[in-house]
Amino acid sequence: MRKSNLGTAIILSVLLSVFVTSAYAVGSLRGEYDLDKESKTFEKKKQIKNKGFDRNYTLQPPLIPHSIEKDKVTLKGNTCMKCHSAKNFQKEKAPKAGDSHYLDRDGKVLSKISSRRYFCMQCHVPQLDAQPLVDNNF
Amino acid sequence: MNSKIKLLAIGIVIGVIGWGGFNWSLALTNTEEFCISCHEMEANVYKELQETVHWSNRTGVRATCPDCHVPKDWMHKVVRKIKASKELYHKMLGTIDTPEKFDEYRLTMAMSEWKRMKETDSRECRNCHNFASMNLDKQEERSAERHEPHLWEVTDGKEPSRTCIDCHKGIAHTLPQGWEEAVDNDPLLKVELTKEEKEALAE
Repeated sequence: MRKSNLGTAIILSVLLSVFVTSAYAVGSLRGEYDLDKESKTFEKKKQIKNKGFDRNYTLQPPLIPHSIEKDKVTLKGNTCMKCHSAKNFQKEKAPKAGDSHYLDRDGKVLSKISSRRYFCMQCHVPQLDAQPLVDNNF
Repeated sequence: MNSKIKLLAIGIVIGVIGWGGFNWSLALTNTEEFCISCHEMEANVYKELQETVHWSNRTGVRATCPDCHVPKDWMHKVVRKIKASKELYHKMLGTIDTPEKFDEYRLTMAMSEWKRMKETDSRECRNCHNFASMNLDKQEERSAERHEPHLWEVTDGKEPSRTCIDCHKGIAHTLPQGWEEAVDNDPLLKVELTKEEKEALAE
């Protein structure tokens, strides 16, 4: 009789602790802020716009130092190429997309940007004046 | 004598009603609601506009379809309206009634609009944008750099080497596929470099 009581108590406490921890894990997006308290103010981050960023390591894809709000890369067109294509870069005083971007997989030189390099923002990104949330030791 | 005055009065009344009605219907077809009452406009170009600076910006001033696509002054407006009757014909034919058809026809439509802009020295842009009021110090460095030579051309009363649409294509709607080649191969739309620009390039 006693033993089974003890057993139930153990099972109950294990269940309870599982319940409590899982309840913590769910948490709300508000974090620990109560509903009736004022929420954290939104900190607006601005994009860094300058004459260009230095590379942080060799072969780093150059970072974008201008707004890209209006630029679109779609199946039908790539507006980055308005300035950065081999044809336009001199006229637009813009850096040219690297020579490697004009090669197909067999090393043949293409007249237009290679489809392998078509999606600029996969590697080239703008920067905000935000501090990283996690330290970076790279 | 009396009948002559009556006739004149009737004439004036009919004239006022007729002229007013004409102008009223002209104004009615010159609204965005009218433009997007056709799904061809509502589903394509109107949606694209909503992603651009002419829809949403810092000061909350926005452009509606007729601001750019219909001239403001009466003469040019009526001419444009008459030309636009072609659009009714194509609406009936269903030339662009699916997104696929619209995209197929997009380059043709864009080219004709660019040509209209080029021929009028981007008149509709200049209803709002004026070089005399353009403060380059308040622009981003890159924009200011590009605008400066043209601002001086205007200030010095020289023949402008560029018009707005020469550089600002695709600012309100998606650029059609193959637009760059099409523009380069079109004698009217092709943008020639100025002597200064050629010299700068040669260096």
